[in-house]
Amino acid sequence: MSSELRRKTPEELLREIQAEEPAPKLGYLKIFLGYASGVGKSYRMLDEARRRKERGQDVVIGALQDKAAPEVESLARRLEVVAFLRIDGGTAVDVNAILRRHPTVCFIDGLAYNNPPGSRHPTRWEDVQELLNARIKVVTSINIQYISELREQVEQLTGKQVQATVPASFVKTADEIEIVDAPPQESIAHTQEEEMDIDKRRRQLSKLRELALVLAADVVDFQLQQYLEQHGIRQPLGTHERLLVCITPRTNVREMLDTARGIAARFHADLIAAYVNQPEISGSDKAALEERLDLARAVGARIEILGGTDPASAIMEFAKSHGITQLFIGHSQRSGIGPRLWGNPVDRLIQEARGMDIRIFPQ
Amino acid sequence: MSEQPRGKLKIFMGYAAGVGKTYKMLEEAQDLKARGVDVVVGYFESHGRQDTIAKAEGLELVPRKKIIYRDATFEEMDTEAILARHPQVAAIDEFPHTNIPGSDRLKRWEDVLVLLSDGIEVLTTMNIQHLESLNDQVWHITGVRVRETIPDWVVQRADEVVMIDLTPRALLHRLERGVVYSREKAARAMENFFRESTLVALRELALRQAAHEVEHRAVWGDAPPETDGSGANGKRIHKILVHVTADPRTAMLIRRAKRLSDFLDADCFAVAVQASGDLNTPPESEREALNRHLNFARNIHIETLVLEGEDAATTLVDFARRNEITQIFLVRPPDRRRFALLSRNLVQKIVALAKDMQIVIVSERDRPVAQ
Repeated sequence: MSSELRRKTPEELLREIQAEEPAPKLGYLKIFLGYASGVGKSYRMLDEARRRKERGQDVVIGALQDKAAPEVESLARRLEVVAFLRIDGGTAVDVNAILRRHPTVCFIDGLAYNNPPGSRHPTRWEDVQELLNARIKVVTSINIQYISELREQVEQLTGKQVQATVPASFVKTADEIEIVDAPPQESIAHTQEEEMDIDKRRRQLSKLRELALVLAADVVDFQLQQYLEQHGIRQPLGTHERLLVCITPRTNVREMLDTARGIAARFHADLIAAYVNQPEISGSDKAALEERLDLARAVGARIEILGGTDPASAIMEFAKSHGITQLFIGHSQRSGIGPRLWGNPVDRLIQEARGMDIRIFPQ
Repeated sequence: MSEQPRGKLKIFMGYAAGVGKTYKMLEEAQDLKARGVDVVVGYFESHGRQDTIAKAEGLELVPRKKIIYRDATFEEMDTEAILARHPQVAAIDEFPHTNIPGSDRLKRWEDVLVLLSDGIEVLTTMNIQHLESLNDQVWHITGVRVRETIPDWVVQRADEVVMIDLTPRALLHRLERGVVYSREKAARAMENFFRESTLVALRELALRQAAHEVEHRAVWGDAPPETDGSGANGKRIHKILVHVTADPRTAMLIRRAKRLSDFLDADCFAVAVQASGDLNTPPESEREALNRHLNFARNIHIETLVLEGEDAATTLVDFARRNEITQIFLVRPPDRRRFALLSRNLVQKIVALAKDMQIVIVSERDRPVAQ
C-alpha cells in the first residue's frame, strides 16, 4: 500500500512536540450532550455515577437540576451530594467544599448556568474549570442550546433569548463527549409551550438535534485528528467531508460555489476556497479576484491564500495536508483533445489527485 | 394488495458491538408493553450479556424457525409466525443479518419489509458499518470489507433513526471487563476492530450519518429541498450519470455517486457503453464484471442502461446532453496499469467534450499507514 511521503508542516511538528511533552495532567472532563430537556441526560449521567460508585470509585454530586424526574431523584438519593451554596437568594456550586472533599469524580448536572453576583466565578463552567485544574474528574451535561457559538442560531430558531452559555472551545477540550439522542417524543414536545404548533416545535427540535449530533461529530473529529497526528498517520480517514474550491481571477465561481454550498450543507462539510498567489497580477484581475473571494466568503467558505510558483502543485500539497476529500476546479480555458494536453493544470490535478475526488466545472 | 397502512420502522444505530443498541431496543419494547402496546420480540441475540438478557424478561418471544442446511440446524427469525401473531410492534435485532440459504428471503431487512407492509411496526438495530454507501469508507478506516450491507434506500424508509452513543473508552472498558464478549474473544476483537482510533472514526461516521438522517426527515419530510440540488437559477435539479465499466473500482464509483445523489436529492443513472448496445459481445470476464456492476446499481435503486456506441466518450456525452444530465461520474484513471493510457484518454476526452457539465472524477482511498 503506497502512502504519500511528505514533509510535515510546521504546525504538525509543533503539535507533535506538544504531544510528546507531558502536558500538565488536569482533571478529566466528560460531557453528556443533548438537544432538549427531557431526552435523558441527567438519568444517563447519574446512572454512570451509580455504576462508578458500585465499582468502588469516590463519587460526589456537585450540582443537581431543580426539577428532576422521579427516576433521577431516586438515583441521586443513593449518592453523596455536596449542597449548593446560597448567595443572595441564588445558588451556585460550592467549589470550596468540593475542593476540600476532593472526590475522584464530581458530577455536575447542568453546565450552563450563570452564578449569582458575588460568586467565585461568573459562570458554572468556570467553576468546573477550577475543579479540573485541581485534578478532579468532572462529568457534566449540557443542552446544545447553551453553546455560545450557536446562540444566534438557536435564538432565531426558537425565538427565545438564551441566558447562559458555554463556549464551544471549552466543550471541545472534553476528553469524552457522549450524545444522548432520542427522537422528539410527545412528552418533550409538550413540556415547554403548550400553545405552540406541534409541527413547528418538532421542526425546531429536529434542527437542535441535528446541531447536537454535528457538534458531537466535530468534537470526535478533533480527537481523531489529534490521535492520528500523534501516531504519525497523515492520511485522513475521510470521516468528514472537506471541500476545497480553487479560485482564480478568471474562474466562473457561481456554479462552483452554489454546488459547494449545497454539498457542504448536506454533508455538514468543511468548505475552503483557495487562491494561489500570483505576484504579477493586474489591477483588474485583482479586483476580479476580490469579488470572487467575497462570493466565497458569503457562502461560508474559509479563504486560504497559498504560495508557490506552480499553482497545481500548491493546490495539491495543501489538499493532501489538509485532508481534502473533494477538490473543485474550473475547466481549463484551453480547448482541444488529446494527450498533448496532459501537461495542463486540470489534467495534472486529475493525475495527482489520488485519494480525493475532483469536480470539474463548466467555465 | 392490502389496505393496511405501512408499519413504522425505527432503527437504533450504533458504531460497534456493545454500545447498547439491543438493550435500548428492548428497553423501548418494555416501555411500550407497560403502556399497553401489543409488542413481541421477533428476534434477539443476547451474546450472553446479562443486562441484555434481563431487559428481555417478561417480553413475549416469537420462537425461532429451525432450518436445516448441509446437515446442520440453524435458527432464523420466523417471519411467518410473526405475521400470524400480528402484534402492533415487533423488536428485531441485527437488521443487516444474512439468512441461511434455504430461507424464504436472503436478508433480514427483506423480512422486516414484509412485516412493515403488513402494518407491523418494527424496532431494529444496526451498526453504521453495514450501510452500503459507506462500504468503501469503512474499508478505508478498518481494513475490513463488510459483506453484509443494507442499501441506503432501506434505511431511508425508516421513520426514525436514533444514535446509540457510548464513548470508545467506555466501550473498551466494557470489553476489558468481559461485558461485551467472552474474555478471549474480546482480546482478539480489541486488536482488530476495536482499536481506539478505528472506533473513534466509526463513531464520527455514525454521528454524521445520524445528523443527516435527522436533517433529511426534517427538511425533506414535508417540503422539497429549498436551496440545494438547485443551480444558479434556483430551479435546476441535479441529474447524475455514472459510467459503468469493467474496472473493479466501479462499485466504489457507484456507491459514491449514489451517496452524493441521495444527499443532493438528485436523479442517478448508471450507464455502460457497448458497440452492440448489449452485453453479448464483450469477452466473458468483462461481461461478467459489467453485469455485476449493473446489478449492483439496480439493487441500490439506480436506473441502468446499456448504450450502443463505438466511442464511449461521445456516446456518453451525447446521452448526457439529451437527458439533461448535470454531473458525470467517472473513475480516476489508474496509476500504473495496462489500461492506464486508455482510461486516461477516455477521461480527457469526456472532460473536453462535456464542458457544459460537471465532471466528477472519483478516486480510491488508500489505507492509512503509520510512519
